Amino acid sequence: MVLKDALTLSYRTVVSYRLRALLILLAMALGVAAVVVLTALGDGARRFVVSQFASLGTNLIIVLPGRAETSGGFPGALVGQTPRDLTLDDAASLATLRGVMRYAPLNVGASEISAGGRLREVTVLGSTAELIPIRNMKFAQGRFTAGSGPNPAEIVLGSALARELFPAGDAMGQRLRLGDRRFRVTGVLASQGESMGFNTDEIAVIPIDHAQSLLNTQSLFRILIEAQSRSMIEPVKAAIRSTLTVRHDGEEDVTVITQDAVLSTFDRIFRALTFAVSGIAAISLAVAGILVMNVMLVAVSQRTAEIGLLKALGATRQDIKRLFLLETLWLALAGAGVGIALGYAGSLGLRLAYPQLPAYPPAWASLAAIATAILTGIAASLLPASRAARLNPVLALSKR
Amino acid sequence: MIELSGISRIFTMGDQEVRALNRINLRIGPGEYLSVMGPSGSGKSTLLNIIGLLDLPTHGTYRLESRDVTALSEAEQAKVRRERIGFIFQSFHLVPRLTAAENIELPLILEGLPPAERQARVQAALQQIDLSDRAHHRPAELSGGQRQRVAIARATILNPAVLLADEPTGNLDHKTGAEVVALLEKLHHAGTTVIVVTHDRELGGRAHRRIQMRDGEIVGDES
Ligand SMILES: Nc1ncnc2c1ncn2[C@@H]1O[C@H](COP(=O)(O)OP(=O)(O)O)[C@@H](O)[C@H]1O
Ligand SMILES: [Mg+2]
Repeated sequence: MVLKDALTLSYRTVVSYRLRALLILLAMALGVAAVVVLTALGDGARRFVVSQFASLGTNLIIVLPGRAETSGGFPGALVGQTPRDLTLDDAASLATLRGVMRYAPLNVGASEISAGGRLREVTVLGSTAELIPIRNMKFAQGRFTAGSGPNPAEIVLGSALARELFPAGDAMGQRLRLGDRRFRVTGVLASQGESMGFNTDEIAVIPIDHAQSLLNTQSLFRILIEAQSRSMIEPVKAAIRSTLTVRHDGEEDVTVITQDAVLSTFDRIFRALTFAVSGIAAISLAVAGILVMNVMLVAVSQRTAEIGLLKALGATRQDIKRLFLLETLWLALAGAGVGIALGYAGSLGLRLAYPQLPAYPPAWASLAAIATAILTGIAASLLPASRAARLNPVLALSKR
Repeated sequence: MIELSGISRIFTMGDQEVRALNRINLRIGPGEYLSVMGPSGSGKSTLLNIIGLLDLPTHGTYRLESRDVTALSEAEQAKVRRERIGFIFQSFHLVPRLTAAENIELPLILEGLPPAERQARVQAALQQIDLSDRAHHRPAELSGGQRQRVAIARATILNPAVLLADEPTGNLDHKTGAEVVALLEKLHHAGTTVIVVTHDRELGGRAHRRIQMRDGEIVGDES
């Protein structure tokens, strides 16, 4: 028998037993749909967390003063000793390191802001113009040009803050008071919303020199560095550490962290979770497989006489095995197709219900679900098919 | 062309042994028209099944067209069944979800012939059994006689050397039974070896060689 004819013949058999076909198809489809939806959920959660981190800036390295003691060292040695300040000169010394794309010194404080009779408390970031690209912030209007030297008194407002202080939308160029100093508005940030609990819509950004005198400090809160690429993160980190250690008289008294490390940990955790969840969903496919096997066993015993006839007509065992295998495969394939459709619909439903969650089924999950459905179909048909092939034709024909 | 020597078929049911065939010796030449008669349980069907390679003897050798066919592999036996042997049953055994034409086409599909050739052969076969106008009817829409004619067309579509019929008229009334017998005899005239198992004395008497069986043995063989 030619494969094409076996395909046609088994397809015709499948469609002529509607109820049986529907039952198997449904079982397979539900299993596949479960795999697709649950992986979409897991992968969506992973992407959500990753995008939250990415909105903080890519390839970001953060330097903070003080040594985060994790292990070893002399427990008593640092007691009572305040870490050395992190200065603007320290920050400038990092600019020329290989692999550094840009850097921004950062001071953060709270201050009172007032304009046109309105007064409120605001979080102030003091930095240079580089802060904006490093932190992935965008301008709705204007710009920020502060360097690390003396700067004019300019201020950039978060979108919500600008709206609140200047409801008419004419913030650009206006003068306002921050603490006891006067600033001119040179830019308004585009609305970005909250990311990792920090709302850029509610902040004000001023040049670093003004921030340091406003907050009355010479010590930086952070230095933000953007590496040229992901692969440069580690070498840049090492270079920062050694440069600052030399500058601080051989004392390694800064902490260098990367969000990349945190990010990849989360990434790994969520990937593992997704696999686990889809593995659990795959169990429902295995259950479907057992159901399919039983239905096919019933089919074999119902069609005993027909199998006997095929043998009398000269079908080999191989032919008969193949017919039953293909029958199951048709159903598994159709079930996988319907299941994928259901799974995508379910994922769409998830996305509609939780718009923040990018619950897209990953391509590998759909492929894995189809492959599992086909393997399940093959496994489930092995026993029925070989039982059919081994039937004694004389006994089979005598059964009516 | 059929040579049975010392053929026995013993069924064991628990600790009981049933000798369905007991040391049968039988030679049948090409083109013979032969009937097998005898009481129920005398081993007629078992003999036919062994000749048709649906069953294997417990003892003895069976040569078909000078080949020891009992020694062949399962796949080779299937090929012999497909190409050299045609079977007809009392209960027709048509596949209910396939049309008359598709039932007749089955052996051609198993043989792996291309669709165009299959169509031509099926058309010709339908014409031979005078059922061209029923080609696309399912078995349930055909009369008993029509069904058996479809079964005969199916059994002979690959021009087998031997046609084996186990009580082919058992489920038919006298008139349609006669039509079926006429068809079998037409095939015999065309050169096919025809072996008919029957209870019907009249049908059995028409054969040129008549075999009588009792208790698994051949007790009469007249020409
Ligand atoms: N599969 C089987 N298992 C056990 N006994 C069988 C089997 N097939 C046939 N027999 C026995 O073999 C004998 C011959 O049967 P069979 O060839 O069908 O006779 P007939 O066709 O002449 O009526 C009977 O006694 C029957 O009960
Ligand atoms: Mg019988």
